[in-house]
Amino acid sequence: MSRTIRLTVNGQEHERAVEPRTTLADFLREDLELTGTHVGCEHGVCGACTVLLDDEPVRSCLMLAVQADSRRITTIEGVAPAEGLHPIQEAFWAKHGLQCGYCTPGIVMSACAFLRERPDPSPEEIREMLAGHLCRCTGYHFIVEAIEAAARALRAADK
Amino acid sequence: MKAAPFEYVAPVTLDDAVGALAGEGGDAKVLAGGQSLIPMLALRLARPTLLVDINHIAGLDGLRESSGTLEIGALVRQRRLERWAASRSDLFAEVLRHVAHPPIRNRGTVVGNVVHADPASELPALLLCLEGVVVARGPRGERTLAADRLYRAPLTTSLGADEVATAVRFALPPAGAGWGFAEVSRRHGDFALVGAVAVLARAAGGPVTRARLAFFGAGGTPMRGVAAERILEGHEPTPTRLGEAARAAAAALSPDDDIHATAAYRRRVAATLAERTLAAALARCGSGA
Repeated sequence: MSRTIRLTVNGQEHERAVEPRTTLADFLREDLELTGTHVGCEHGVCGACTVLLDDEPVRSCLMLAVQADSRRITTIEGVAPAEGLHPIQEAFWAKHGLQCGYCTPGIVMSACAFLRERPDPSPEEIREMLAGHLCRCTGYHFIVEAIEAAARALRAADK
Repeated sequence: MKAAPFEYVAPVTLDDAVGALAGEGGDAKVLAGGQSLIPMLALRLARPTLLVDINHIAGLDGLRESSGTLEIGALVRQRRLERWAASRSDLFAEVLRHVAHPPIRNRGTVVGNVVHADPASELPALLLCLEGVVVARGPRGERTLAADRLYRAPLTTSLGADEVATAVRFALPPAGAGWGFAEVSRRHGDFALVGAVAVLARAAGGPVTRARLAFFGAGGTPMRGVAAERILEGHEPTPTRLGEAARAAAAALSPDDDIHATAAYRRRVAATLAERTLAAALARCGSGA
């Protein structure tokens, strides 16, 4: 039996009927057609589906859509300003922090929250955060550099 | 759809939650953070007919420390305990840092992790080491289960199918006690291949007054290192005695072989980690836990 939920995604309110077993990831992709949130393992290991729930990163495959009722979600589609890229996206581009790009949306969402909490992280802290995200292309070095560059850019923008 | 179909209820009182569980005759599951349950649903390792979402029940989100006891309600996320620990407990801070990853800790609850009873998980071993209890509510009222009576087998506790775990209570280490924590895992945040956590207290420069050691990833449940505790308590903690205690505790384990490691490897690593955590606990004695 489906239930009606109402939630805010990237600043926009939505009301939809969902089956309880629908994950938030599937709801975002299939019901709202926000396919920037990627699904990899679908059981919480790979981190590709990470989104922000009330500004905190969560795995959207490990949450039921019904649990997002009356909550605020931010996906990768809600990160960039109207024109251009978010400084984190900019840094991934500049530093070659992605190859196939499948894991990238999840990493960017985690990085948004991570850099808000730790504006000046050490490479070790960045690596610890990245342990929750599988990337099978890059070998991670350029991702670490991208997040360091993003941190610098965000700190500069803050001044 | 990954999960098999199920009914979903979100009661606002504990009595209604217990009633819903009891009415389903063992085929219902409690949903709190969902970080262990939802993967099991996705893999269809669990096929409950009903999920009882307890997130809307008032009064389950308390995090209280009083007279040496830390009580954590069923809706307290691991992340909240981690933030509490940042200023209050280096032991809890170190343990929490090793529980999965921030996006998981933002949703996963402390109580859910403890009663999910994964033998390779950190918090169940910490509960055992600190002689904690789980508070549960069922159709016959409330009861408390001591950690050493809770864990029966992998993913299996002595909680009834009609009971909701409403809180855990950790007995915080006494002032002046030292702690040690170590684990070996393939990547940071993975379940441990083997891990150990220890708490030691000693009379100023004298014998050990209290020793607690627990292992995870070293058997079907988290395991207390009782043999080590007996060897240490009442004696001078010399390096020789610490090593003897660690080896005795590891010898009493019966870890499993799996694709990640052999039982023999796990036992060896357990002995090494036990010695390291006991030594670390000894070094921290007097400086606070």
